[in-house]
Amino acid sequence: MVPLAAVLASFVIGAVILLMLGADPIEGYRALVDGAFGSPKALSHTAMKAMPLLLVGVGICIAFRASVINIGGEGQMIAGAIVSTVVVLNVGDLPPLVLVPLVFCAGALGGAIWGAIPGVLKAYSGVNEILSTIMLNIVAVQFMNFLLRDPIMDPAQKTSGRIPQTERLSANADLPILPGASRLHIGVLVALAVAVFVYVLLWRTALGYRLRAVGHSAAAARYAGMPVKRTIVAALTLSGAMCGIAGAVLVFGSESHRFVTDGSSVGFTQSAGFNGIVTALFGALHPLWTIPSSFLFGGLLVGAETMQRAVQVPKALMVGLNGLVVVFVVSSERLRRVLRERADRETNRRADHSVDDPATGAGRSTDSSVSGPLGTATP
Amino acid sequence: MTETRLLELSGITKRFPGVLANDDVDLDVRVGEVHALLGENGAGKSTLMKILFGLYEPDSGQVLIEGRPSGISSPADAIRAGVAMIHQHFMLVPTLTVAENVVLGLAESGWRLDTGSVAERVRDLSARYGLEVDPSALVWQLSVGERQRVEIIKALYRDCRLLILDEPTAVLTPPEVEDLFVTLRQMADDGRGLIFISHKLDEVMSLADRITVLRDGRVSGETTPGETSKEELARMMVGRPVQLVPDKPPLEIGGVRMAVEDLRVVGDRGTEAVAGLSLEIRSGEILGIAGVSGNGQRELAEAIAGLRAPAAGRVLVDGRDVTGAHPSEVRSAGLAYVPEERMRDGVVGEFTVAENVMLVDHDRAPYCRRGMLRFGTIGERARDLVARFAVKTPSLETPTRNLSGGNIQKLILARELSGSPAVLIAAQPTRGVDIGAAEYIHRRLVEEQGRGTAILVISEDLDEVMALSDRIAVIFEGRLMGIIDRSEVDVAQLGLMMAGSSNAA
Repeated sequence: MVPLAAVLASFVIGAVILLMLGADPIEGYRALVDGAFGSPKALSHTAMKAMPLLLVGVGICIAFRASVINIGGEGQMIAGAIVSTVVVLNVGDLPPLVLVPLVFCAGALGGAIWGAIPGVLKAYSGVNEILSTIMLNIVAVQFMNFLLRDPIMDPAQKTSGRIPQTERLSANADLPILPGASRLHIGVLVALAVAVFVYVLLWRTALGYRLRAVGHSAAAARYAGMPVKRTIVAALTLSGAMCGIAGAVLVFGSESHRFVTDGSSVGFTQSAGFNGIVTALFGALHPLWTIPSSFLFGGLLVGAETMQRAVQVPKALMVGLNGLVVVFVVSSERLRRVLRERADRETNRRADHSVDDPATGAGRSTDSSVSGPLGTATP
Repeated sequence: MTETRLLELSGITKRFPGVLANDDVDLDVRVGEVHALLGENGAGKSTLMKILFGLYEPDSGQVLIEGRPSGISSPADAIRAGVAMIHQHFMLVPTLTVAENVVLGLAESGWRLDTGSVAERVRDLSARYGLEVDPSALVWQLSVGERQRVEIIKALYRDCRLLILDEPTAVLTPPEVEDLFVTLRQMADDGRGLIFISHKLDEVMSLADRITVLRDGRVSGETTPGETSKEELARMMVGRPVQLVPDKPPLEIGGVRMAVEDLRVVGDRGTEAVAGLSLEIRSGEILGIAGVSGNGQRELAEAIAGLRAPAAGRVLVDGRDVTGAHPSEVRSAGLAYVPEERMRDGVVGEFTVAENVMLVDHDRAPYCRRGMLRFGTIGERARDLVARFAVKTPSLETPTRNLSGGNIQKLILARELSGSPAVLIAAQPTRGVDIGAAEYIHRRLVEEQGRGTAILVISEDLDEVMALSDRIAVIFEGRLMGIIDRSEVDVAQLGLMMAGSSNAA
């Protein structure tokens, strides 16, 4: 309810801006929706756009649930792209059945390393992870630029052109296209599987339990004998691994099948490392709710281009509206908390006054936080 | 005694959504009287006081001061009407002097502060009421007891007629309590009225002229110490007979289960909080640690549990040296720990009751297999513990922070005892817990003692320490002042030791 209201509210503001720009909001929004969800082709574009958002988003879920703020999605994506590319450059003649899974694993490894660094710094030296992850984004970009301009540069480009990119990577590593006429590849399925995996990890495993315990109360986790520092490292490592997979997918699912840089991180990631945070927050930091959330934000990004063509309004407007959605969601968090606290007091009173059978209603899943996107966003 | 009614609350009713906080409450305070207000958490005491202070408006009923409608609709009005309140948490500015704090907020103090005349009057009041404090001292340098005296002087300086004290003895040593009572009596004799809020039955019996007991928002009894007893008061508070002191079975003491040898621990402020302390607890024995808050109790418990690294000394749990070990190692040596800060350390508030039940062994069989949690087994265990320890919760999926303090404490105790520990540390086991739940917790601790567990009870509530312990160790500034056997307890001597004089003296 609240997320939908937030979307509506930001669309109303968007309509006002469109009017001020002299464009017809209804026509603009029709083009937007049409471009995002109006045809099978539009849907497949949206799914492609949603895929990295989903992968980064579920990674963000892991970190934020453990109260670790990972702003390093961009750098971790790049690290995943670098490691998977280097692996394929070295063992590119392995059969696809081996090489494709290897690409995903290598991507996860690269991202994991890039996440583990701020994790270790935070756990053992108290370095603020917000700062260190942002700084490591910059390091990753420059490292990527260096690698693509020399060590892993396309030999053909070294002599002429000098475009910072790799050669056409081994076809054995191409992500298989799904049956049908679209460009959708296996990465979409992997992203969905990863989302389910992260859900299971957070709510069905001992490690996930520790991550959430540390996130809610590090003091209680320590009291209970949990390895709090190692759990913090695990949170950022796993979070980075998911982002790293997104980086690998962007390279090996691209049309050019090359790793290319334009010198910035946006050029490679299209800001998925940041937009994934938005996606995860909109999905209430729940991996399964992040799936529709990523589809929505993917759709807005795709539809913005159609809108731009239809009513001649810069697509940057949509990026701004995405930001507004998040502002609304996050600020309505306060309202939601007030409502929840009131409800809590009610339950409290009932418990104190009337309950004689303590086990009433017990026996179903013991899972508190899997109720939906509204009750659970407590980063 | 004059029958002039200083304060009269009649028929006060206050309803909040879903709950009747005050239901037709009558309370009157006469001139020269100490009126004790007794009741469990949530009985409606603080709502009533907030109505008196103008913070809430009653749905019905009226507040009369000296027979006239009070017209109080804000705390400022209350102060003007001569009503003052001493809160549990003092409202003083630590960096200002006593005199400056006393005049803080007074309108007539004007631009320039005439500290000389203020100090003069503070000294007068101090002398008259036995409230020894130096007007020029900075508040942060004062002890807790002295700060409380400043608060009382503040009220006297404002010529309060009616003084409300909210659990004023919680932070004091027994000798300080005695001094405070002398002061309060003197204030009453000078024609003031006092409302004394407390849940300590002994104090209420010795100080009050009249006692009003609240339960579930209603007055469940109005009596005087002469015509009632502690048992009777507890029954009025809880609504059923309460056993205040648990029956202790005959002692069957075994071998040493826990030992602390010359332990030194540095506290948060960088000073030595535990300064060379040695203890031994045997199987089947409860050792109580008595002391005023902040004398190293917390650091001692944390150092034993592995939450704070000791600077020197040794900790042995069931024969294993666990000095400076990780909390999980100390636990596997056989220690269970009911922490002082139950909401911060003892449970994850956002987790469900079931999730908190497995907090300390979530990764062990049978609750976990190959890294996966087994919710069937976990649910069974939670249901079992919740039933066995009478934890009142709407369901096992209820977030734990929604439970009352007593029920959270029972949940923690259930979890800690379920592993059949060799040693149990219970820090402030019943602080902020209702009498009914406290009675239950005490009974479980004594039962656990019967099973051969060595138990360390750390409490600032001397009654609790005396009711539970077989031996009482008194701690002062991180040092042991002596250990007294249950049969030789003398409250006066305990009080002296808590204030720093050693057993031998």
